[in-house]
Amino acid sequence: MEVVIFLVFAIIAVVCAINVVVQTHPISSAISLVGVMGSLAVLYLLLGAEFLAAAQVIVYAGAVMVLFVFVIMLLNAGTESRKGRSFMVQLLGVPLLVTLLGLLAYIVQRIYPIGASVHFGGFTQGTPRDVGRALFSTYLLPFEVTSILILIAILGAIVLARKELD
Amino acid sequence: MAEIPIAWFLTLSAVLFVLGVAGFLFRRNIITVFMSIELMLNAVNLSFVTFSYRLKQVDGNLFAFFVMVVAAAEAAVGLAIILTVFKNRSTLNIDEVETMKN
Repeated sequence: MEVVIFLVFAIIAVVCAINVVVQTHPISSAISLVGVMGSLAVLYLLLGAEFLAAAQVIVYAGAVMVLFVFVIMLLNAGTESRKGRSFMVQLLGVPLLVTLLGLLAYIVQRIYPIGASVHFGGFTQGTPRDVGRALFSTYLLPFEVTSILILIAILGAIVLARKELD
Repeated sequence: MAEIPIAWFLTLSAVLFVLGVAGFLFRRNIITVFMSIELMLNAVNLSFVTFSYRLKQVDGNLFAFFVMVVAAAEAAVGLAIILTVFKNRSTLNIDEVETMKN
């Protein structure tokens, strides 16, 4: 059962990710990216990270992607032109990417042989309670620094995107 | 077989990351390039959560949480920069935005 769930959502994630890269219209890419994020949220649940699954849906699939779609529609972005691609990229791009993927997959297979496996309920410390406890004790300083970072990011976004008044 | 090998999760993460790299390198629309970066961040998050499961510690979840927060901040600033670039250049093609000054 768990294997079936994993396979279904892994395939959805990979197909949507391929769609993100292949589609020429930004809106299609954005909708596909929402599919990737949704299926990743299911995989997080499978791994016992309940808080992160909820945050993934709310923050990524909700807020960030709405921001993307909003900007795409605001700028009225159309399909991109296919010309002007450099010769080196056409020649070496795909082989190098396949090499990178093969290398990563090989290293993963070597480090984690068949023995190590995941079953639902094997890790129960991903609840909001445990995450919050760690966040406000061990990781208190990074958490506070993050709040300053977000404040700076909001101010920066406003300054960058405002209309000039003069 | 009721258990999923941990290597499957990490391989899925690698596949998503490589697809993000492909989008980053091949696409010419600045917004799609930006979405590819988000895809790569998501792939790394999946690795973090998997390691968190493997080590039976909550720390990996927190790293993924911080990555998520930084990605949200980055999206806000990055999209503001894209708006400004479009206002000044009237184009979204990254080949036409190759100099910093006008």
